[in-house]
Amino acid sequence: MSVIVVLIGASLLVAGGFLIAYLWAVKSGQYDDKYTPSIRILFDDKKNPENK
Amino acid sequence: MITTEEKSVNVKTECYHCGDNCPTEDIRIDDKFFCCNGCKTVYEILNANNLCNYYDIEAKPGISRKADIKRNYDFLDDNDFKKSLIDFSDGQTTTVTFYIPGIHCSSCIWVLESLNRLNAGIKFSQADFLKKNVAIRFSEKETSIKEIVTLLDSIGYEPSLNAEDKPLDDSGAANKKLYYKIGIAGFCFGNIMLLSFPEYLSISDVDNDNIKYIFGYLNLLLSLPVMFYSSSIYFISAWKGLRNKIFNIDVPVSLGIFVLFTRSAIEILFQSGAGYFDSLSGLVFFLLLGRLFQNKTYETLNFERNYKSYFPVAVTIRKNGIETTIPLDKVETGNRIIIKNGELIPGDSVLIKGVANIDYSFVTGESALIPKKIGDVIYAGGRQAGGVIEVETIKKVSQSYLTQLWNSKAFAKKYDSPIDSLVDRISKHFTFAILLIGFVAGVIWLPDLSTAMNAFTAVLIVACPCALALSTPFTLGNSLRIMGRNNLYIKNTSVIEKLSGVDSIVFDKTGTITESGSDVFDFIGSELMHDDLMLIKSLVRNSTHPLSQKIFASISESQIFDTLNYSEIPGRGIEGTINGKSVKAGSSDFVGLAENENHTNDTSSKVFVNIDGEVRGYFTMGNKYREGLKNIVSSLSKDYELTMLSGDNESEKSRLENLFPQNANLLFKQSPFDKLIFIQSLQAKGKNILMLGDGLNDAGALKQSDVGISVTENINMFSPASDGILEAQQFNKLKDFIKFSKDSKNIIIVSFLISFIYNLVGLGFAVNGSLSPIIAAILMPISSISIVIFTTLSTNFLARRRGL
Repeated sequence: MSVIVVLIGASLLVAGGFLIAYLWAVKSGQYDDKYTPSIRILFDDKKNPENK
Repeated sequence: MITTEEKSVNVKTECYHCGDNCPTEDIRIDDKFFCCNGCKTVYEILNANNLCNYYDIEAKPGISRKADIKRNYDFLDDNDFKKSLIDFSDGQTTTVTFYIPGIHCSSCIWVLESLNRLNAGIKFSQADFLKKNVAIRFSEKETSIKEIVTLLDSIGYEPSLNAEDKPLDDSGAANKKLYYKIGIAGFCFGNIMLLSFPEYLSISDVDNDNIKYIFGYLNLLLSLPVMFYSSSIYFISAWKGLRNKIFNIDVPVSLGIFVLFTRSAIEILFQSGAGYFDSLSGLVFFLLLGRLFQNKTYETLNFERNYKSYFPVAVTIRKNGIETTIPLDKVETGNRIIIKNGELIPGDSVLIKGVANIDYSFVTGESALIPKKIGDVIYAGGRQAGGVIEVETIKKVSQSYLTQLWNSKAFAKKYDSPIDSLVDRISKHFTFAILLIGFVAGVIWLPDLSTAMNAFTAVLIVACPCALALSTPFTLGNSLRIMGRNNLYIKNTSVIEKLSGVDSIVFDKTGTITESGSDVFDFIGSELMHDDLMLIKSLVRNSTHPLSQKIFASISESQIFDTLNYSEIPGRGIEGTINGKSVKAGSSDFVGLAENENHTNDTSSKVFVNIDGEVRGYFTMGNKYREGLKNIVSSLSKDYELTMLSGDNESEKSRLENLFPQNANLLFKQSPFDKLIFIQSLQAKGKNILMLGDGLNDAGALKQSDVGISVTENINMFSPASDGILEAQQFNKLKDFIKFSKDSKNIIIVSFLISFIYNLVGLGFAVNGSLSPIIAAILMPISSISIVIFTTLSTNFLARRRGL
């Protein structure tokens, strides 16, 4: 039963990893503008310039 | 005779770039027509750089270049100025953020993020649609700020370079911090709850008691970031309040958190219990979520009031020589606006034509008139006193700025809001009451020290002041939004409360209960020649009075002259000098008619006219009352005392007596001052007065009354003395609005009651000494969330029931 301590430790590590990822996302500005990305996904990426 | 030169553009050709009508079909490339060379140039720039996808994303996405002026950006070479624009620079790469008010669609975003194809020195650009910003990173060696700004200007997206141009405030930064705190609190909350499961399920492992202690210490560790980082805002706010001897909402909250933490820590360290760390972290987590929700609601409110809500002020603009009225939020920089006597300058502008004497009392509180020369800048919020002027806007109109001015102390009325003071009193007493109850509860159990401590701290934990903090702002904020959607634009939330306490209603006549639609009317007197009509039309053009507008609309002569020495005396008349002749229009004594000429037995309003010293006669117009007026006033009279004040003579008395119910008070020949005195006399009798006026000659009375609402049609007559602006079309909803404000007040009171019940239940458990962690953890967030849901749903429900 005392193995549960090891398991708890492991789960805390994993959860902590997710927390760090979340904090990093907030810091790098992912949540600053929640509206414009919704417009951006509708743009087409043109690799080769089209000739009109 | 129809000549062949007449361009009959029967099928209206629209500009491929901006969508405006093309006056001629000469400006074109292949099969694409443009309204002006400016638009054509932008198309050429985009085409040359393979950016024509711009036109695919949205049709006619461009901004019209017709009113474009050549701008000089040499000042951008100045280093000091550049510094003020730059976000970051290391000498090689520099980042700048520009505010571009012209952003209005997805194509704009697309082209602004493709700037690197127009200028190779731009390495990266990112646009923010809501904030209308674009952040540009460029290489100092390859290009400069001046080049970038010139480029932006050339494609129609010139940046606004004023330092004060921040449309949406920096709520982003505040929310970011909140996101950090919520993330950490949530992480700790989840894990602590997990680790508390054995405690909940009362599992005791006979073999390994150590596990309990290990979990306990882990909980303690996990709660540290919650205590010292996530809940720091509450502690700081409570501390600041206490330093100023104010007991704000955060004091009991901080107290509760502190007690929770200390007691739980003691329990763990002395191994006397499991502690309440799950309640602590849960409490902080939900409190922060509530705060985030509150911030979002305020932002939505502000956003709506800035961009979506109906600020019922319309401005007259001149485009291609034609004057039209457009709503305030459609005004763009570069528009030519016609401002009449008394009208507000909606956005910073440059004076183009006319004699300007600006009254800045709206902004500074000083009513001294400031004369302006052609070319001078006139700031938003100023009002013109004098003849008509034409200005060109140099800055986008900010409804929030105007609302801010409106809310300034200069126009605040001395009136204590009962609800606010109720909340204040409750907050003050709340902490003391809770401490008292806790103390008493502890003392009761006193022989048994541990239960005594238990009870005392439990009381502090469970007592929740959330209703106080949440119900008023949420309810009133929601009501404000609902009223705004129904075109009653209210200054701020305390007005709603005042509106609910009104018991007497005063109506102004002209412009409020009468419509300003053009009526059939006659001119009685010596016949007016073509020249005379032109003079009269030029004179009345300067005035926003409904009668002036009717006369203006009915004279078909199209030539208008400039008026010199224009002056308008409210309640009496207008005068000015046109083409060397003095022209007067107004009441009979104003134009100099002798008193013994009897004109009192008619049923219409009269406007006398005096040209060059000779009284020529008068215009008569029928008063057209608003549709449904009789029904509205009869249903209102059941609950409110009604009065009607009019500046006109008694000619309309019989008609009005038919429309208004028996007990209504009808007073005539009221000067603006008389109206003010009347309001004061009613107030001296202890009445709460709602006054409806048009803001012209009853501004003083509007200000004096408890709630003053301007009823407006399509004009720019915005009186800062009023508390709200009602669109004339919604006049028949007046009773619903008043009843709804009463509903809002009731909702707040009910939510206080609900919170009271929650507290009773919780305190019951606490005083009993039987407050288990689960109950504490559940009760608090549930009460907060339920209050928010309740107030939001019930305001919406009651609004719908009132037909709003």
